[in-house]
Amino acid sequence: MSQNLPALLVVVPMLLAPIAALLNRSGPAWVVAAGGSWFAFGAAVQLLRRVMTEGVIVYSLGGWAAPIGIEYRIDMVSAFVTVIVTSIAAVGVIYARVSVADEISEDRHALFYAAFLLNVCGLLGIAITGDVFNVFVFLEISSLSAYSMIALGHDRRALTAAFQYLIMGSVGATFIVIGIGLLFVMTGTLGMMDLAQRIPEVWASGEGDRTIAVAFTFLTVGVTLKLALFPLHLWLPNAYTYAPSAVTGYMAATSTKVMVYLLMRFFFTVFGEQFSFDRMQLDMVLMPLALVAILAMSLVAIYQTNVKRLLAFSSVAQIGYMVLGISLGSVLGVAAGIIHLFNHALMKGALFMAMGCVMYRIGSVRIEDMKGLGKAMPWTMAAFVGAGLSMIGVPLTVGFISKWYLVQAALAQGSWFVAAIVMVGSLMALIYIWKVIEVAYFERREDEDEIQEAPLSLLVPTWALVAASFWFGIDAGTTSQVAISAAETLLGVMP
Amino acid sequence: MGDPGMIVLFTVLLPVVGAGLVLLLRKNENAREAATLVTGVVTFAHVLALLRLVRAGETPRLDIVQIVPDVWLSFEVEPLGMVFALVAGFLWPITSLYAIGYMRGHQEENQTRFFFFFAIAIAGAMGVAFSGNLFTLFVFYEFLTFCTVPLVTHHQTEEAKKSGRIYLGILLTTSVGLQLVAIIWTWVLAGTLDFRTGGILAGTASTGVLSAILVLYVYGVGKAALMPFHRWLPAAMVAPTPVSALLHAVAVVKAGVFTVLKIAVYVFGIDLLQTLTTTTWLAWAAAATIILGSLVAFQKDNLKARLAYSTISQLSYIVLGAMLANEMGIIGGGMHIAMHAFGKITLFFAAGGIMVAAHEKKISRMHGLGRTMPITFGAFLIGSLSIIGLPPAGGAWSKWFLGMGTLEADQLGLLAVLMLSSLLGLYYLLEVPVKAFFFKPLEDAHHKDGIHESPTPSLIAICITAAATMGLFLWPDLFYELMQMVVAGGAQ
Repeated sequence: MSQNLPALLVVVPMLLAPIAALLNRSGPAWVVAAGGSWFAFGAAVQLLRRVMTEGVIVYSLGGWAAPIGIEYRIDMVSAFVTVIVTSIAAVGVIYARVSVADEISEDRHALFYAAFLLNVCGLLGIAITGDVFNVFVFLEISSLSAYSMIALGHDRRALTAAFQYLIMGSVGATFIVIGIGLLFVMTGTLGMMDLAQRIPEVWASGEGDRTIAVAFTFLTVGVTLKLALFPLHLWLPNAYTYAPSAVTGYMAATSTKVMVYLLMRFFFTVFGEQFSFDRMQLDMVLMPLALVAILAMSLVAIYQTNVKRLLAFSSVAQIGYMVLGISLGSVLGVAAGIIHLFNHALMKGALFMAMGCVMYRIGSVRIEDMKGLGKAMPWTMAAFVGAGLSMIGVPLTVGFISKWYLVQAALAQGSWFVAAIVMVGSLMALIYIWKVIEVAYFERREDEDEIQEAPLSLLVPTWALVAASFWFGIDAGTTSQVAISAAETLLGVMP
Repeated sequence: MGDPGMIVLFTVLLPVVGAGLVLLLRKNENAREAATLVTGVVTFAHVLALLRLVRAGETPRLDIVQIVPDVWLSFEVEPLGMVFALVAGFLWPITSLYAIGYMRGHQEENQTRFFFFFAIAIAGAMGVAFSGNLFTLFVFYEFLTFCTVPLVTHHQTEEAKKSGRIYLGILLTTSVGLQLVAIIWTWVLAGTLDFRTGGILAGTASTGVLSAILVLYVYGVGKAALMPFHRWLPAAMVAPTPVSALLHAVAVVKAGVFTVLKIAVYVFGIDLLQTLTTTTWLAWAAAATIILGSLVAFQKDNLKARLAYSTISQLSYIVLGAMLANEMGIIGGGMHIAMHAFGKITLFFAAGGIMVAAHEKKISRMHGLGRTMPITFGAFLIGSLSIIGLPPAGGAWSKWFLGMGTLEADQLGLLAVLMLSSLLGLYYLLEVPVKAFFFKPLEDAHHKDGIHESPTPSLIAICITAAATMGLFLWPDLFYELMQMVVAGGAQ
């Protein structure tokens, strides 16, 4: 069993999905989804442990070795990303029980849980596969399930949001498949390790240089579209705002993170740092976009009146931090990006879940409707404040750890300008978080006594993430070690 | 007396326990206040136990948790931190006593929340005092900012909301935007964040870079209220008076100047500071704040606002002392932490007493009040003398050493600034007792006949701090001794 763990990690959620759909009843479908998510979580933790002690795990599907068959290749980076995805899925599925019952009509619950499992399966597949075409397949699985989950939002605008996402997502996926096709034409292989070997050869021979550059561009644009890097983020705010609360919390914490992972995988493993940074001068493109994303999107977030939308724009800004780390191109920078994948998943997941609690009780997440909630729903709002501190980057929270590494990486390269923008970004986070806090704690409402605190089944998962965002902010030894050695693996620097 | 490291931990955690007790006992006012007082006294006893160790030349140390590799959350007690801890630890129970009279006399709402966050804030101040490295210092510095916000915005009015924004906005902009950058830069250059005698930055980068980092630090410590980052302090005056007294004349602002001193001595080191170009500029920036703060104080008719600007001016004395970069300056600065604390808290206590008893906030309406409230105004007079720097009050000593420091640094201009500021203080502070004692009462004063002294618990507190202010003139030895240890490298 433990031999086949890499395959099971993907296969179990995949096989459970149709079972959930066939059961066709809310309760049993939820049990199946919860079982699948928790199994995947356990497996991912197990795999990360093994990678930490034994190094890279290679698993050939069906026993066919790499260039012929498909291999799963789990190194530090992919193991870390699977832990991020599955931990959020495990917490999210607990949260989903009550939240979904409230926001989605009963006859669709089973389908929702099936889509949820498929999404988990797709994201995990992307994270561990060592085959670029396989990436595309899993990408489609995760995207299609995501579209349908978003479309289940009870606001009718969820439909247009899902459709918008579908169009943009398909454009992105098409770009990615074009990029993969071009690579296949030039190298005759789809295995990542194989590509990593052949691309420099083809490039060096001088003949395929332009085609590979075009493939690189298609892949970059396609993946950045899926991860919502400014200015390709237009699908994200609507999708996050109108999706069911449970979906927003889960997706914000996972899907864009996996896409950032994919970006790193292409840049550093498949194409190699030399090609990406020296030939394509990636940093010249990514860094300005990341900096603009941080500033512009934080600014837009400040002016939002719907808190879910506010947090969505904040997500786009936070993606800027991750991409910024990558664009620095140093071990510290990439490590900062990787650690922020995890840290941001915790805090943004918690914030969206807190908003889900608010939605559950008052049916709205517009700022002006949140008056007096500090008194009426003290635990929910305290969770919002706690996770908000992380967004601002207060010490002893995970947000601080991300900032610590990112600013350090910037200053080590003498880019004080970048360091300054990171700091400005966190001050802007202070403004948009404080805006919500001010209304919730300073304004009074008439029906304060009638509103009850959110049920425990929502509060406990929310607080689990808040607690984790403090825990990993105080004891960041493990996460930072994993992130740094992941960055070393990607950049080919051996410790 | 147990493991020294544990005593340090208890000193920081006890106020948190006290806060918990306050919550538990919220149903019974008297028991709740008793909890605050008892924890205050016990905390101070722990500070005294640590004082004995420090005077014996020990530096109790405790590493709590490693945050990221080589960066620890850790405590270390050294003489400079001891000065701050002594002041905050002694004044907390006194202020609590005062607050009981004030909060009840003023019929404030949400008293439990008030006493809760008050205790938490003291834990923050103790953490700042005993922090063992720059990271820990930053953690508690920010902690102190956040846990005082509910106190500043206590009344939850529009004005409180606006002040809360200014308070958080300025303090976080400076700390995150400047101070944190400086800390990370220090880490990148020196590879350590520990406090060491002689500093950790010497020789790690060019003078230009280090000068820039110094500027980032001094302006980044927004709590030191160096202009133009001083607006948060007057804004914080919307809080109930005990908050203004202990937090915004002692704990929070002193945490700021304490940080400046600590960074000057243990991160840069006096020798390095002397070679940096920006040191002198910053000394003059502090001098400008001293004068401008006094001039603004002049124009404020609201007593608390006047005291706030006086505090801004006085805080810069300590920044100035640090930037003189010589032993006398450091000694003077460190002693001024204590001297100003006792003097200013007396002034705030008196101001609050006047508000509760006579319902007057404006100086121009305090004519003749001294006749009905002689003790309160008498204490105000003593506090004023200390701030101005005249005997028989403790402030005379710190000014004396600061003056010596300017001479040693060959900065006669700065000496002139100190003198001028004392003259200004003479006017804007003494105006209050003079009006109260020698002017005829106003015709239309509120509650003309009903005015009496401040509430009794408050009155006791006022007498204690006033007496301590005078006592420090006669016995300043303790603080002098501790500061001597700081400049002599007593930390190691």
